[in-house]
Amino acid sequence: MQLTDEEQAMLDGRDGPAVQRAMDLLMRYGRALGAERLVETNNVVASISATTPFMRDYARQRGGMDGVFSEFSLDSDDTVEIPKVKTFTSHVQLGFDPHNPELMGVDEQTIRFYRKGEAYITGLGVQATNTCTPYQVGNIPTRGEHCAWMESSAVIYCNAVIGARTNTEGRESVGAAMLTGRIPYWGYHVDENRLGTHAVALDVPVESTADWGMLGYWIGDMVQDRVPVVDGLGRLPNLARLKHFGAAASSSGGVEMYHLVGVTPEANTREQAFGARRPVAQLRYGAAERRSTWEKLNGTGRSTAVDYVMLGCPHYTIEQIWEAARLLEGRKVSPNTELWIFTPRAIKSLADRNGYTAIIEAAGAHLLTDSCSAMSRAAPRGTRVAALDSAKQAHYLPAILGIEAWFGSTADCIDAACTGQWRGSPE
Amino acid sequence: MSGTRDTVTDTRVIVLHGRCVVGGQAEGEALVTTQAISGWGGIDSRTGTIVETRHELRGRSFAGKVLVFPGAKGSSGWSNAFHLTRSMGVAPAAMLFNDMSAKIALGAVVTRAPALTDFDQDPLRVIATGDWVKVDADRGIVEVRKRAAQD
Repeated sequence: MQLTDEEQAMLDGRDGPAVQRAMDLLMRYGRALGAERLVETNNVVASISATTPFMRDYARQRGGMDGVFSEFSLDSDDTVEIPKVKTFTSHVQLGFDPHNPELMGVDEQTIRFYRKGEAYITGLGVQATNTCTPYQVGNIPTRGEHCAWMESSAVIYCNAVIGARTNTEGRESVGAAMLTGRIPYWGYHVDENRLGTHAVALDVPVESTADWGMLGYWIGDMVQDRVPVVDGLGRLPNLARLKHFGAAASSSGGVEMYHLVGVTPEANTREQAFGARRPVAQLRYGAAERRSTWEKLNGTGRSTAVDYVMLGCPHYTIEQIWEAARLLEGRKVSPNTELWIFTPRAIKSLADRNGYTAIIEAAGAHLLTDSCSAMSRAAPRGTRVAALDSAKQAHYLPAILGIEAWFGSTADCIDAACTGQWRGSPE
Repeated sequence: MSGTRDTVTDTRVIVLHGRCVVGGQAEGEALVTTQAISGWGGIDSRTGTIVETRHELRGRSFAGKVLVFPGAKGSSGWSNAFHLTRSMGVAPAAMLFNDMSAKIALGAVVTRAPALTDFDQDPLRVIATGDWVKVDADRGIVEVRKRAAQD
């Protein structure tokens, strides 16, 4: 790997041992990739938080949170003192909502350790956004900006919708990036890797959030980790629909970049989306594909008696909370069912001011922050059957919790919460 | 060097050449899958076991094995999940894979197990579960002793 003088100085220890360890890791990582150089970044999305009993013990034995950061964010053999971060850094979602420990089944000792950890993290200069959707709360990179993001649903949004550039980074590489302002120049940082590989034509309208989730889930299955180009869109999708589309495509397949012709920034035209490449396949999404995707997402659903409805994967937008509040206003959640909605804490404070939180709570539902059921493995006690409006959550949650799950529209889910019965259908 | 792909006998040693991802030497029994592996949500880092519901290796442990697989898929928690297997003492002895990605490059680096990719022969076709595999990642060489040859 070719280093600049500045990078060589960091590797030689000019900026202290933590930055030296970070550069050493970036060198090992870059060589593993086959990258030839690093690129500057000032935009990192990271996980630093440590709340499991294992991490708690590790911190106790290895010099506190600096010990945890040295090992799990820098892959360093020894504990080094961690300086303040160099880059603008947003924290991803956590293993629970620290504001609602009882609901999530978290004990007081864990919350105390979490509070110490949060003070450490914000002390480093990291934003306590605690969300899988950093682009909702103050982190919208500029088109073309080189980033180092974790969280697959955020990575695909960053590349495809915003037109910034990131690979799916991990805890250690973003740890090194935030101390050095560098990440390997490889993959989606490079122009030609961003061009389309598969053409997708739509034979059915794709409009609702559930429609976009299903389309994303199908595309991910078809293209795996390549770059689909969708042509022939009808109604323009909003933020929530693209959020659900990307989260689904990155779950079923590992898609990190896509183009919507006429919508996303590197696809003003089909020619621009593919560049000099010829599509390796022409795919069509019609009624049969939509139907089979719906059936796959509902593959674990047996009992129509729903115990738990979870919304907010990825974290709900304020527009989605508004929609949920309108659907819930004047209704009550069934005594046999719980409804939890997850959003970033900054957006919850807006929902509080708008009166939506009061409407949601008056209906007997909960507006939670910082986490989700897949991350926390927490669901209401005794949950056997869940209803979800997220294809990503329907992909993960049945396996994680060993439960049945139904997938449908937001309205289907709210209806299930209020009646205790799943009445969703593919139409 | 002994053996080529066309001389199939019980005593052969097959040699593959690849590109070094993580240096070092290791040997062990092969655990082979043609399916990509998920990190977070796909393995149990405490036991080094594949737990993904529909994975063909579900319930099998890769601890101390030479893991042969196409590549990584799923969450950005991949590297952390494999990093933890090293902390718990249940990491694979070595990793041999075909498809490079940011997830697997970082995961292999922090697992610190010798790792190779870009092979001259497809390791998924040449190596079978139970074969004895010697990996010299620094030299880019993998020696495969078929299971029957050990008897």
